[in-house]
Formats: sequence, structure tokens, C-alpha cells
Amino acid sequence: MPEPLLVLDGIVKRYDEHTAVHRLDLDIAAGEFIALMGPSGCGKTTTLRMIAGLETPSEGEIRLRGRRMNEVKPWERDTPLVWQSLALFPFMSVLKNVEFGLKMRDVSGPERTRRAMSWLERLGIAKFRDRKIDQLSGGERQRVALARALVTEPEILLLDEPLSALDAHLVIRMQAELKQLQQQLGITFCYVTHSQSEAFAIADRVAIMAEGRLQQVGPPREIYRAPANRFVAEFVGANNILSGRIASLAKGLAAVETPFGTLQAKADQALKAGDPVAIVVSADRVIVSDGKAEGENALAGTVISEEFVGAFVTLHVDIGEGKSFRAQLQQHALEPLGAVRGKRLTLRWKPEHTVILKDK
Amino acid sequence: MKLDRAISIALKAYIWLALLFVFAPILTSFVFSFDANKFAAIPWGGFSTQWYTEAFADPDVAKGFRNTAIVAVASSILATLIGFTAAYTDYRYEFFGKKAYLALAFVPPTIPVIILGLAMLVFQARVNLSGGLHSIVIAHVVYSIPFAMALIRLRLSQMNKDMEAAAWNLGASQWRALSAVIIPFTLPAILSALFLTMAVSFDEYAIAWFVSGFNETLPVRILMLLQREVSPKVNAIGSLVFVISMTLVMLAQIVFLVRAPGSGKAKGS
Repeated sequence: MPEPLLVLDGIVKRYDEHTAVHRLDLDIAAGEFIALMGPSGCGKTTTLRMIAGLETPSEGEIRLRGRRMNEVKPWERDTPLVWQSLALFPFMSVLKNVEFGLKMRDVSGPERTRRAMSWLERLGIAKFRDRKIDQLSGGERQRVALARALVTEPEILLLDEPLSALDAHLVIRMQAELKQLQQQLGITFCYVTHSQSEAFAIADRVAIMAEGRLQQVGPPREIYRAPANRFVAEFVGANNILSGRIASLAKGLAAVETPFGTLQAKADQALKAGDPVAIVVSADRVIVSDGKAEGENALAGTVISEEFVGAFVTLHVDIGEGKSFRAQLQQHALEPLGAVRGKRLTLRWKPEHTVILKDK
Repeated sequence: MKLDRAISIALKAYIWLALLFVFAPILTSFVFSFDANKFAAIPWGGFSTQWYTEAFADPDVAKGFRNTAIVAVASSILATLIGFTAAYTDYRYEFFGKKAYLALAFVPPTIPVIILGLAMLVFQARVNLSGGLHSIVIAHVVYSIPFAMALIRLRLSQMNKDMEAAAWNLGASQWRALSAVIIPFTLPAILSALFLTMAVSFDEYAIAWFVSGFNETLPVRILMLLQREVSPKVNAIGSLVFVISMTLVMLAQIVFLVRAPGSGKAKGS
């Protein structure tokens, strides 16, 4: 791997009472689209602000191309940020907003306008050049904020939940545009979001944070298929988690004693009998049938509700012990089952489609 | 509903009556300043600008007007400047004793002007600053800073909290962010504060009376005139002071309400 563009080396950020970021190590490569994802208060925005120099790490080092950045003032860096609140200048025209970064770098007037206009054109908002910010729609403002940040042609663009103020249909479109823009520019995007669907849709790699700690970093598929711990498995959404204890181990499989019977799971890490573990079964790996619950990894349950998302349906099935199990299947696969509320069904999955996590 | 209409009309009538009650004395003075009769009485003796001519011909009045203008302009600029720095300090920084700092900053207008004037006189006499126009300027600056600070503080509170940091993030040093973002954003409030503090200084007489020495301002001159004789000139000067102060106050409101554009907070789409 080439020298990463940005290195966060053991970053700690402490405030008076609490620690916002706790020993964060993260390498960000040149040209990658990385998402920092986690629930609110997990330290993702603080991390982004430290990269921009708006906060100073209490410990650790931030290096950009090998250069220590901790003491570099925000205005001496080239790490533009697209703010959640956009923070556009309301007393300036669109063009003046976009020119701002160049003006602060003392680029001459005509050159400034030329470069700002080329970004306005690229983002399809050139016709608004003389408008005031409050005369623009949410999507248009979003583009102005992007143009303003990109006008200095930085190596890295920071984005802090930039789409959170937009309508749902615009969010999807802007995600696609951002992704496309990042690929065309070939620069690094560091994108903070609390939304799993957003992070997974848009990023090459996702870093999941919780309570100031990094939980897992990897491509979306890896995080989805192999969550590193219980937090990730729960946060990522469509997972079923069953707690239990290892009864025996054989041939790469673990027999796990759970309140729902003994279940087989793939054992690809150092485990021994008696270990408390959690089995993770992704909702889309569950096979639903109306036969009897026989053989390994089969649970019987009662349909509680259905959730339609276009071609897919998520079934919520009560499997006893107050536990609701999720199964995701295609609409056409569900139809012959006639799965209505209260219907008894059987849920199955293959042991190799499970992940086993050590419980603390 | 009929009753609603009746209540609405009654309320409006009540407000107009209250306003009439408040403005009647000023209106009377204004009307009689154009009266040809020497003593204000009904019937009106005909339209005349004689008292204005006489007032301007009086060298003491002319000097008072000049003094008032100098003091008003100087103290409004200083008070707005200090008011801005105080409001910005409050906006930007958290520090020990901030609540006390704010409470103290807003104290002067709550002190009776007689006491403030007397205290100013005693203090300025001690430090050899009393008796000049600058004495009135100093006193009026102290008195009007809170008005300027309150207006600018209000405007700063409407500013998107990320805006200044956004300027830094785009390469603006703290000074450039101040001049390129904070000041343009607060400009309506700054102008408004200038006009308002000018008005405050323009018709303030109590403090000015204490500290002015021989450099009388116009309101002090009116007081003197009233003590010596009852001349219709007083109506003329009074009306003039009123019109100027009102104009300034209205300008202050207009720039603040009309010139202040959106707060820059994201409103969604």
C-alpha cells in the first residue's frame, strides 16, 4: 500500500468532562471515498473537525502526506468542509460565495471569477451566479456549498452530513452525483454520516465509530457480511443476533446452545467450548418455508408483520422468548407462502452464512 | 362574528388614544412652534417661521446645536465600536466571569441619569477631564454602549454558528474572517446602532448638564431657556430636536429590519 494521504495516529480528544474520541487510528488513502459512520455523539464529527483543524487533538498526531498537522491553523490547511448547516454566506451572491476561498488565497479578480464559474458550470448552477443564497432551493444551495469547497482544488474534501437537510428523493440523487464527482476528480472524500444506507451506498470504505472508538473499518460488503462485533452487527441493521454458549466444536463448525435450541454456526476464529457467543444471521440469508421445522438451523415462528420496500419484503417473525427474527426476501418468493399475520412459518439458514462473535 | 369586530375596533381605538395621549404634548409644541402669537393660546395666530429664524439667530443656540452634533457623532461612533467589540467577545469566547461581564455591560441605562451625571462629573473632575465637549462624549459613550451592544449581539445571535469557522476553513485568517464575514453580516445592526446611539446622545440633557461646563448642548440650552423666559423659540428648538431624534430612531429601525437578510441558517429545501 502506498503512503496514505492522511494518517490519524492514536488520536484522543478530551473535553472537560468526557472523551469524545478515544485512541483513533485510521489511514485514509489518496483518492478513496471513506465514510465515518456512527450514532450521534460517537465522535465522528469531532474527528472531522480535527482533520480540518477546528479542534486540536489532546493526544496523538494527524499527518497529511507525512507532515504533522496538529499545530497548523485551519486557515493554513487545505481541507475544505461541506457543513451540515452549509454555512453559506447569506450577504453574498452565489458567485462571491464560491470565489471566497480563492479571494482568501489572493487569487486575482478575473482569474477568481473564471475558476469559480467553471465550478458553477460543472455543478449546473451557473445560471444562479448573481442570486442570493436565500433565493435558492435546498438542492441548489447544496451545490453552491460543494462548489465553494472544491474551488481551491483540494486533495481532500470533508463532508459533514451534507445531505441531511434535503428531501428524501433529492438525497438519493445527490448521493449518486457525489460518488460520480469523487470518481471524476480522483480526490479523497471523507464523509461523515449517521445513516448506514448512505454510507454503504456511497463509500469505498466505511469506518464505524461508537462512543469515541473505532469499531470496524472496511468496504461496505465486508462490514455487512462480517461484522467485527456486536455493536456493528446491531448498527448495520438487517442482522439477527442470537446469544448462546458454545457446546462443541467440529470441522470448522460450532454447535451453539441457545434458548431456541442448538444451532450450527461457522467457527473461523479461536473458540473453545463454554465460550459465550452471539450468532449473527443476516436477514437476507434466511430461507422461509411453510414446512415443519426439522433438521439443523431451523426455527419455527409466527409472522408479526411485513414491511414492504419495493421488490423486497422484510418479515418480522416471533420465534418465542420475546425475540423477533427478521427475514428479507423477494416479493415474488413470498407470494406462494401466503405469509399473513399470525401464520406459522419455518426459518432456515446455512451454517456457512453465519458469523460468530465472542460476547464479553 | 360581530363581537370580534367590535372588540377589534375598540382595541384599535384604545391604542390610537394611548398614542395620542403620549404624543399630544409634542404635537402641541410642534404646532405652536409655527404660531405667530408670542404666547401659546387658542385661537392660533397664523402660520409663521419667525421663532425658527429667531432660534437660529441666537448664537448660543447655534453653538449648542453644533456641540450637540459633534457629541452625537463622536459618541455614536465610539459607542458602536466598543459595543461591537463587547458583543463579539460575548459571541466568540467563553471565559470565567462572563455572566458578570454581561450584567455589568448592561448596567448604565438602568442607573438614574442624575446619578450617572453626578458620578461622571465627580470622577472626571478628579482626573481632569471635566468641562469640555470630550467630557460629554465620554459620558454619552458609557451611557449608550449597551444599546449598541444589544443590537449587535442580537444580530450575531442570528448568525449561523458555523459561518465564522467556515470562513477559516476556506483560508480566511481570524482578521479576514472578521472583516469579510462577521462585519458584513452584522452591518445592518452596526448602522442601526450608530443611528440609535446618535439619537440617545442627541436628546440627552441630564448627564450633559452635569459634565458640560460652558460647552452647552442643545437640550441643555433648552433647559436654560425654560428657566429664564418662556419663549416660543423653545417650541421651535424642541421640535427640531424631536424631528432629528425621531428620524435617527426610525433610520435605526429601517436599516435593521430591511437591510438584514436571511440568517444563513440552512432551512432545508
